[in-house]
Amino acid sequence: MELKSGIPVERTLKPYLIGLVLAVVLTAIPFGLVATGALPRETALVVIAALALVQILVHLRFFLHIDLKTTPRENLVALAFAAVLICIMVGGSLWIMFDLYHRMMV
Amino acid sequence: MSSAAAMTVSPREAKRYEEKDFGFWLYLMSDAVIFACLFATYLVMAGNAAGGPTPKDVFSLERAAAETALLLLSSTTFGIAAVSLWAGDRSKVLLWLAITLLLGAGFIALEFGEFSGMIAEGAGPDRSGFLSAFFTLVGTHGLHVSVGLVWILVMIGQVFAKGLTAPVASRLMRLGLFWHFLDIIWVVIFSVVYLPGLL
Repeated sequence: MELKSGIPVERTLKPYLIGLVLAVVLTAIPFGLVATGALPRETALVVIAALALVQILVHLRFFLHIDLKTTPRENLVALAFAAVLICIMVGGSLWIMFDLYHRMMV
Repeated sequence: MSSAAAMTVSPREAKRYEEKDFGFWLYLMSDAVIFACLFATYLVMAGNAAGGPTPKDVFSLERAAAETALLLLSSTTFGIAAVSLWAGDRSKVLLWLAITLLLGAGFIALEFGEFSGMIAEGAGPDRSGFLSAFFTLVGTHGLHVSVGLVWILVMIGQVFAKGLTAPVASRLMRLGLFWHFLDIIWVVIFSVVYLPGLL
């Protein structure tokens, strides 16, 4: 296929299968944690959050084929900008709202 | 490989597709920001059950796992369709798009059952802050998946009627971005909404 486009074209099934196996493992662990209650609540929440972050990266790499070398630079810049925006908005909202909550409880 | 020959495009056309892909990527990133706002709202509201049902009362681990499995599998089957597209195999593209459509429809059916069951039990979006935020966040994702299903249906029609031409291939690649993106949002939904709610 000669179609040149901003999206890297995947020619083999390999990345999808690697992505599927990794995603299944990264999904099974947090679901198993909740089903068995093996860890204390706080630890389990940290593990769930960490595995979700890893799984997002797995999906970006193996399903969306984001690659620091082949993906067009402007796409990467847009992705990084969105990530910064999301951190500021989610982090900032939670900080403000829970700070307010604690102040009103005292 | 007549289909592969049909997909050879001039540099000018290639430039146009590249611009479309970038535009679509910008849309996806802004959509991610919208979802981030809905996640922040949910996290703030999750504890406000207003004396009504709490996450533990209304969520089911089995159903969340089934929804996750359907969506993840549909992402993989879309990948197989994309690889078949590169190989220029029209009937395989149609087959795997149809399988992706069925898996996605299964996801929507499960979610529809979940929502209507909750509303019937009196745990609708008007019950508490927690439920308003839940229905807004998960409903917005479900709406996106529904639009994706319509798009898959349209692309099945286009592949059927027009074959694997360059414009069709270009649209299929953007549909793939959209579909895989929704799977990422779902990963965050089960990690932020369902699992902590049931823990």
